[in-house]
Amino acid sequence: MPDSAANPILEIENVTLAFGGVKALNGVSFEVAPGSITSVIGPNGAGKTSLFNTISGFYRPGAGHIRFRGEEITRLPAPKRAKLGLARSFQNIALFRGMTVLDNIKLGRHCHLHTGILDALFYYGRARREEIRLRADIEERVIDFLEIDHIRHAPVAALSYGLQKRVEMARALAMEPQVLMLDEPVAGMNREETEDMARFILDVREEWGVTILMVEHDMGMVMDISDHVVVLNFGEVIADGAPAEVQADPEVIRAYLGSGNVDELRRKLHEARTAA
Amino acid sequence: MMDFDWLMLFEISLAGLGSGGLYALAGLAFVLIYKATKVVNLAIGEMLMMGAYFFFAAASTMGWPIWLGIVAAVIGSGILGAVIERLLIRPMLGEAPISVFMITVGLSSILVGLVELIWGADQLRLPDFMPSDPVLLGEAMVSPKIFYGFLAAAVLIAGVLLVFRFWRGGVALRATACDQAAAYSMGIDVPRVFSMTWMVAAMVAAIAGIIVGSISSLSPTMGVFGLSVLVVVIVGGLDSVPGALIGGLLVGLVESWTGTYLGGEFKLLATFSLLVLILMVRPYGLFGTHEIERL
Repeated sequence: MPDSAANPILEIENVTLAFGGVKALNGVSFEVAPGSITSVIGPNGAGKTSLFNTISGFYRPGAGHIRFRGEEITRLPAPKRAKLGLARSFQNIALFRGMTVLDNIKLGRHCHLHTGILDALFYYGRARREEIRLRADIEERVIDFLEIDHIRHAPVAALSYGLQKRVEMARALAMEPQVLMLDEPVAGMNREETEDMARFILDVREEWGVTILMVEHDMGMVMDISDHVVVLNFGEVIADGAPAEVQADPEVIRAYLGSGNVDELRRKLHEARTAA
Repeated sequence: MMDFDWLMLFEISLAGLGSGGLYALAGLAFVLIYKATKVVNLAIGEMLMMGAYFFFAAASTMGWPIWLGIVAAVIGSGILGAVIERLLIRPMLGEAPISVFMITVGLSSILVGLVELIWGADQLRLPDFMPSDPVLLGEAMVSPKIFYGFLAAAVLIAGVLLVFRFWRGGVALRATACDQAAAYSMGIDVPRVFSMTWMVAAMVAAIAGIIVGSISSLSPTMGVFGLSVLVVVIVGGLDSVPGALIGGLLVGLVESWTGTYLGGEFKLLATFSLLVLILMVRPYGLFGTHEIERL
């Protein structure tokens, strides 16, 4: 169980991100406790993926701070963040097609390898030892853990969608991250695959001690496995707390279902018009 | 009626393979850039030319020994490649492929202009450094420049392929070629991969340029060689290294045959007919993947 008294492993403070005049994120703040499963939910276009891209370093926020284990990483490029221990998966599977499952997973280790070209040519010993350690590490842990032993030499392009998602997660795990960011890990999966993936996510936290931050639409899964849910709407955090609290929050219900009150909608539209 | 001269055909074919090796080398430089950065580099012929002129400056003007001249030319070209990437290509990241393509068209004019400003438009001769005794393969005689040029090209190609096969940077290159965003999030420094590729490609092109320049001569029109290289890589498939190698040998052979049996003016006609034929059968080149840009 997450230790709420501990320092947050990831702090998002007042992050603002604008594309031209569109504010994708507007003063977003929340914290991720170490060892927790934190989910970010929200209607389409709420800014979830923008938030993910900002945390992993693909976008630079216009304002605000991102801190990882107390360290300021707002201006750090993505590869540096990966080395620090932030791994992510993508909403649309971003595997290296044309390579095998094992090659993909090996690439996950890339950020931890230090031998350069001269080493590879002249200090074969060190490169070799590293290679052996790398293989053992990967084979023993990631592949067994995610139950993908039978497909390790298969080209990823030939795998089913669900398996590809799992390989993507394996690749991220091979980075030995502190925080694993999953962008819609069960999108497009049937119920059985979703349950498998939920089990893997829980096991990753349990066995590897990895903190999980995920974006997901599957409300059932989010409420089942999360410790902490952050709700985004129009780039702002509208609710933040335990699943049960968030579910009962009137703002959240309104964001997802509308208020159901036509008069109030009219009044809001009118307010918006006079404000503009 | 005289018998067909098989020995002559053999000699011509060897000469064709010889110049094909150089096409393959230049094609390799092109494919490296295309694979990693998805840039269709029309200035490949001019990058070749720059390498040859750098060699001229070091070995003839400065009077340095040949080996030092080659090293200097290769290093100079590497720096030039890195500068080109940083100043012209990196700012165009995420722009339409056709815009980047046009930039390389402009780049080729700039390089030609530079050469004319510094060295003038006249033909220059590179110092001779290859053995001048004709080489005998069985009964066939091969021009020494073409023979040693081919040898050098083959060794260099093998070297580059080995490095990219076994060095981890080669894996980074393959990953970047596959999916830039994923590579970036895996801790691969994608901008560095970009500049490394341009550097290596410029260095490979420089060596091809030095060999081509010493087989014929040095002039600002040397970049026309790039036109044949373009045929080579389109025939082979823009993103395929084996395609560039086989395409290079194929184009070299066809040019050599037509040049001898039909006359030099048919060379370009023959290579471009080959191009049209192959594109009709295989629109993505012999070994190209199907998503690649069609030009």
